[in-house]
Amino acid sequence: MLFNLFKFKGGVKPPTNKTQSTTLPIAAAPLPSRLVVPLHQSIGGTPRPVVEAGDRVLKGQLIGQADGWISAAVHAPTSGTVVEVAMHVQPHPSGLDALCVVIAPDGKDEWIARTPLDYAALTPEAVREHLQQSGVVGLGGAVFPTHGKLTASKTVPMEELIINGAECEPFITCDDLLMRERAEEVVRGIGIFRDLLQPKKVLIGIEDNKPEAAAAMRAAVETLGEDFAVVQVPTLYPAGGAKQLIRVLTGKEVPASKRSTDLGVQCFNVATAYTAWRAIAHGEPVVSRLVTVTGNVHHPRNYEVLIGTPMDELLKLAQPHPDTDGIIMGGPMMGFLVPQASVPVVKATNCLIAHDDRLFPPKAPEMPCIRCGACAQACPHELQPFEMYWFSRAKNFGKTQEYAIFDCIECGCCSFVCPSRIPLVQYFRFAKSEIWAREREKNAADQAKSRFEFKQLREEREKAEKAEKLAKAAAAQAAKKAAEAAAAAAAEAQPAAGEAAPASQAVAAVDPEKAAKRATIEAAMARAKAQREAAQPKNTDHLTPGQQKEVAEIEARRSGSRIEDRGSSEPAPAEPAAPTSPLDPNN
Amino acid sequence: MDILLAIAIMALGAVVLGAALGFASIKFKVEGDPLVEKIEAILPQTQCGQCGYPGCKPYAEAIAKGECDINLCPPGGMEGVQRLADLLGREVKPLDAEEKPKQVAIIDENTCIGCTLCIQACPVDAIVGAAKQMHTIIAQQCTGCELCLPPCPVECIHMEVIGENIDNWKWKYPVVEIKAAPLPAQNASGDGSDGMKDAA
Repeated sequence: MLFNLFKFKGGVKPPTNKTQSTTLPIAAAPLPSRLVVPLHQSIGGTPRPVVEAGDRVLKGQLIGQADGWISAAVHAPTSGTVVEVAMHVQPHPSGLDALCVVIAPDGKDEWIARTPLDYAALTPEAVREHLQQSGVVGLGGAVFPTHGKLTASKTVPMEELIINGAECEPFITCDDLLMRERAEEVVRGIGIFRDLLQPKKVLIGIEDNKPEAAAAMRAAVETLGEDFAVVQVPTLYPAGGAKQLIRVLTGKEVPASKRSTDLGVQCFNVATAYTAWRAIAHGEPVVSRLVTVTGNVHHPRNYEVLIGTPMDELLKLAQPHPDTDGIIMGGPMMGFLVPQASVPVVKATNCLIAHDDRLFPPKAPEMPCIRCGACAQACPHELQPFEMYWFSRAKNFGKTQEYAIFDCIECGCCSFVCPSRIPLVQYFRFAKSEIWAREREKNAADQAKSRFEFKQLREEREKAEKAEKLAKAAAAQAAKKAAEAAAAAAAEAQPAAGEAAPASQAVAAVDPEKAAKRATIEAAMARAKAQREAAQPKNTDHLTPGQQKEVAEIEARRSGSRIEDRGSSEPAPAEPAAPTSPLDPNN
Repeated sequence: MDILLAIAIMALGAVVLGAALGFASIKFKVEGDPLVEKIEAILPQTQCGQCGYPGCKPYAEAIAKGECDINLCPPGGMEGVQRLADLLGREVKPLDAEEKPKQVAIIDENTCIGCTLCIQACPVDAIVGAAKQMHTIIAQQCTGCELCLPPCPVECIHMEVIGENIDNWKWKYPVVEIKAAPLPAQNASGDGSDGMKDAA
């Protein structure tokens, strides 16, 4: 198939250093002495631990529950006992701690019950849910939860599905070996993505320095009868950047404010497709990944490594030279020196490079920028790194944003070509994290301000309400007093109103208020009486004449006996009304 | 005659322009003081009252009126003083108190007697609880103003410094080490991890 390929601007051609680690096939790394599995391994919410120290776990058992939709579950990489759930140093440039589950392997490597799924019989939602529960994340390095990318845009039809096998960064060969050895499963995984997204075309982009991988993928595509196009793209760093690969394969340029799905394109790494297939067809969550171990070692090679394996134990397998003085996680362009050799391998770890001064000579001193513009020519995002550098350096962060610093993918091309050896990417990272921190502070201040204002508003409202209540109570008091006075006057005007009248009159003379009170009490009692009468049982309304007669007899008898018993003619309204029942024992 | 005409023209002009100005002053009337808003945007909104004013807005108003100095806000730190100085064209002064790291209040829930005094003191409603019930602080909303500390009768509230974690960690400003350059000129090398060199 002939393909019209496009070009992205810029890019560099660093020495690839890939052949060293491709001579040997993938080997399974032996069980390490202990596994430190960080809970936060993907972009999004930090998974919550669901195991405690002392728990026995099986390989593939859930140990971290995904927190929110953009978050992926974390699983035990082997069977064993949970030693602790505690803070440990992370493979992160900060060298700070984060919550990890530490597992002591029991050596049995015993799996949980693995249930293969027939994804064709499931709804797309169920497939996405399963991928989240299996901890499938983008293994190209960004570790974005894959299920979050498997929903096609509602408005834009899905045109192309891009599978990224470019692997442009020097030294790294794990995707190359994966495609060479496990092409069929990769292609089956791509089939899952294809079925979920329904794109018109599926393009597998592989850099042309990996002919074996491309051939293996072509063969697998043919064997499985798929219509995926395996395209060899020119070797040029960073052709494996998602936006660059999309540009090369489709000619589409993803604008800064949009996502690739808005242009009908979605991009996945080959290793992600592989783990998705393992998760669905074998019921295996992501507990291991391929890691290239290379650099200053005797036997550079790719290993299938359990997540959580300490990096120093893994590096030992490749027999590092004695002068190794550090480990770079990732490639030489975008990777970083890990803060401790014992930090664990995580889902984002695609490569470990043993560092020494021969491979990576010490940093030469930074010289002043001479505005040669070499960085702008090398920038694959068509940015102006020298301008961003000036403003980052001057801490003029508003200006760096005007020069689109957030479009920078930190690929390192500018630092690579800079004749003054300015660590440009470091300046950009500094500026970006400062901008984020300010944004966070601004949001916190805004929130605090609105909460403070609301509290003031509420306090004022409460005060007003209280004052209103008090005013109302005072008014009611005054009205009552007026009413009482009126009642007292009325009582005085009618001296022969009843038996109580003379007494009340007598009292009224002394204390009109008391009389008024008595009058209100009497009125209340009369009201209560009326209510009581109104509340008399109503089930005597529709009765046959016979029943009515019976009722009348009972009532007569009852009132008669009451007169005898209590000597009172007052009816007892509180008495339960049961006269209608023919089975009444009183009958 | 001519002079009368000239006066009349000038008077007419004055009336028309005066009317236009009067209309503009009504039409484009600015509610509130925009300077106060600008100052308030710089203040950290902790509402802590450490400046001696009951909240950030009164302090902003006092600054705008020129009644007080710009170095009274400890949570804003020296950076806040600097930004206020830039905005107002005033001189940068050292902070009137020591700068503290960002803190969050923590209630010892075993000691709390549920008196609600801290709830009333909190300026941003970041404490939940009810009379004779345990109280707790919503850490995300807490501004670290320390206003809940003095009212507590059992002293069960303490302040904790918010340390650096992976989520709020910041890349450091690239520091240029001043040292003699190695004799053989090295080219094509960026920072430690970014720089690379052919292995051959």
